[in-house]
Amino acid sequence: MPGSISFTASVSLACLAIVAALLGGCGGNEAGSPQAAVEIGGPSGTELAADQTLHVGNGTGPQTLDPHRAEGVPSANILRDLFEGLTIEAPDGSIVPGVAKSWDISADGLVYTFHLHDDAKWSNGDPLTAEDFVFSLRRSTDPATMSHYSSILEPIVNAMEVITGEKSPEELGVEALDALTLVIRLQRPTAYLLGLLTHSTTYPVHRASVGQYGNQFAREGRLIGNGAYTLDEWVVQSHIKLIRNKFYRDNAATTIDSVYYYSIENQDAELKRFRADELDITEEIPYQQLPWIRENLADQLVISPYLGSYYFGFNMTREPFKNNLQLRRALSLAIDRDIITSRITNAGEIPAYGWVPQMAGYKQVASEWAGWTQAERNAEAQRLYSEAGYSIDKPLKIELLYNTSANHKRLSVAIASMWKQTLGVETKLLNQEWKVFLATRKLMKITQIFRAGWIGDYNDVFTFAQLMHSANEMNHSGYSSSRYDELIERAADETDLQARADFLNQAEHVLLEDMPIIPIYFYVSKHLIKSWVGGRQPNIMDHHYTKNFYILQH
Amino acid sequence: MLNFMLRRLLSAIPTLFILIALAFMLIRAAPGGPFDSENQLPAEVEANLRNAYHLDEPLYQQFGRYLANLARGDFGPSFQYRDFSVTELIRSGFPVSLRLGGLAMLLALMVGISAGAYAALKQNTTADYSVMTAMMVGISIPNFVVAPLLILLFAVGLRWLPAGGLGDGEVRHLLLPVIALAMPQIAYIARLMRGSMIEVLRSPFIRTARAQGLTMPRIIVLHALKPALLPVISYLGPATAAVITGSVVIEQIFGIPGLGRFFVQGALNRDYTLVMGVVVFYGSLIIIFNFFVDLVYGWLDPRVRL
Repeated sequence: MPGSISFTASVSLACLAIVAALLGGCGGNEAGSPQAAVEIGGPSGTELAADQTLHVGNGTGPQTLDPHRAEGVPSANILRDLFEGLTIEAPDGSIVPGVAKSWDISADGLVYTFHLHDDAKWSNGDPLTAEDFVFSLRRSTDPATMSHYSSILEPIVNAMEVITGEKSPEELGVEALDALTLVIRLQRPTAYLLGLLTHSTTYPVHRASVGQYGNQFAREGRLIGNGAYTLDEWVVQSHIKLIRNKFYRDNAATTIDSVYYYSIENQDAELKRFRADELDITEEIPYQQLPWIRENLADQLVISPYLGSYYFGFNMTREPFKNNLQLRRALSLAIDRDIITSRITNAGEIPAYGWVPQMAGYKQVASEWAGWTQAERNAEAQRLYSEAGYSIDKPLKIELLYNTSANHKRLSVAIASMWKQTLGVETKLLNQEWKVFLATRKLMKITQIFRAGWIGDYNDVFTFAQLMHSANEMNHSGYSSSRYDELIERAADETDLQARADFLNQAEHVLLEDMPIIPIYFYVSKHLIKSWVGGRQPNIMDHHYTKNFYILQH
Repeated sequence: MLNFMLRRLLSAIPTLFILIALAFMLIRAAPGGPFDSENQLPAEVEANLRNAYHLDEPLYQQFGRYLANLARGDFGPSFQYRDFSVTELIRSGFPVSLRLGGLAMLLALMVGISAGAYAALKQNTTADYSVMTAMMVGISIPNFVVAPLLILLFAVGLRWLPAGGLGDGEVRHLLLPVIALAMPQIAYIARLMRGSMIEVLRSPFIRTARAQGLTMPRIIVLHALKPALLPVISYLGPATAAVITGSVVIEQIFGIPGLGRFFVQGALNRDYTLVMGVVVFYGSLIIIFNFFVDLVYGWLDPRVRL
């Protein structure tokens, strides 16, 4: 009998080990991209609640609160409260002064001079100076910091050389003229620099803390920031509590006293906690509950356009899609995007016939067949399909790869059946857990068609345009067009905003002509927000700052 | 007895070693690595990261380093939670899981044993059938179904209890997760207890006790309970393992920052050190627990010690 006990024990141990490995091979969790939200100034004529504590759902939670080493939406949400960059975003998403109260841009667009607020302070009362920014930008690009996002600073003089270790961080093109004047030199005019400066890789970090704790400074009891809030408590996998920073330069205009960010990656659990009034704002909404939410929580459902593109990519380095434009176009034409956004995703996503989502200052581009009826598109698809050498008797057999998730599965099944119905294509659906999927897609060895999504890192067309450049390592379709590359490079060097937009426009036309990707829809951000949360406006980056919020009497 | 203890203890060492080696190889064999993300790292940064975590060394060297560190109680730095060491994460997560699992086991034992014994005494009556039907339902419904139903009823509907989180560890935060976690164990223990109690009640020594005129409550408490508990005690080892695996699900649903949640997130993120840390920690725990179960068993049944 005891023999059998030990046997059971060994079995459970073995199971434990196997479960550990298997979890690696199944399940799936979509990683995200950076994101946060609102307008300064208290409400007028409204009754505020006595308790100004905000409870926010925050997905998987942050991996680190070191702004230079952080990546992903959950970290970015919290970092916007803990730190403040040279520029910040207003509730509507427009760029407004942050630590810098004003700036001058040289005529050639290559030198930015920032004038800092003289009352900017760290959360321990130390004054915040231009030297702090010089130190921080050097640290951010220093490969020893092991930043996951530093290459976003590439427009700054010598940034790439520093990141790749060819030059020392001291050679980075940043300089403090005096305590309140900072100069950033660029290697080419970068129209989106002011927006880029709201990204956490550009946030200042407290020199003395970094000196004392090294990379471990971003912990409870150690972290010193310059944002509207400071870190009060961090329970990993549970929550992070922030409280007001009394040294924040604009503290008088802040209303919320403390904010809790909860790590809840399960969207159903998040919805229940919202319904139980434990959360004021959710990070997401479970798709399958959307009809119920529309019926019961419609007044608290906030859906708005989000700077993201959902698409499928062709592997352009392999047969059958290499050198077969007709086939690529046929497959794209045969997808009825209206059915996908109205029957499958159904949260108000916008059918996509182009690559770049709608953005201020950019004329959106769409394929010429965007205005056709689906019947016309199908007819053209069938013509191109047979032109490409396929038919009912000789059907195309392909594999479609997506990362494990109920939503991607439903969408992939629908697309496969549209191809089957219209063209007779035989599609094999393959799903892989997130990390496996990323590795497979990057290799470009076995993929044929793969799912992908791209969320803009900053509010500029370039964040989308550069992805399809042949030298971009995240260009997983292997698309390589000298014409496209040239247009992107010319846009990058252009100071005239209109001329730059024209180059980017032409580039997108080239891209859609070559069709290395199948655009499906443009994302929307989806949140449930209690009616008593004020000061929050939807914006295209879905970036929000707690300092702009307030809680109404309820 | 000492000899018996030593033998059991020694056999634990190779078990633990095999566990570590297996987990070490399996997690590294899983495709995709800790630094894969949608964002492409510059080569220099990736090289620095691999160097910092010693991933650039040959596998046997990494394994040797891991064992050496482990011997000093150092589980290494977490890949995912870049500012924390795995030891810190275990230290923060384990007390939470222990409280959750301990309370669930306690509840399961108390309710399971009483319900099982009660059903055995009322064998083949309506009371017996209803208890056993309830237990069958408890075994059949998985806790990832029970848990959301409990939340919907008590948190969203009645608003008596919180829907998730741990708060400051108050009882009201623990109530629902403990019940959801204990449910299948209650059912299993009750069925075990009922079966063995019925068997014991039929044995000759109980008949003798009754013939000598002892009252039924006295017979049950003094004579029947101890032998009837044997199967339940031998089930404690597997039950602990089941509660541990169950807590992985429960912690996820209730958003409780225990080890189970670290385990799941660690595996998905290829956080090698975190997954290894939890496997080694839980593995040792199960081994130690089984050791004690064996000791108790040896005490209850002298034949085992031979």
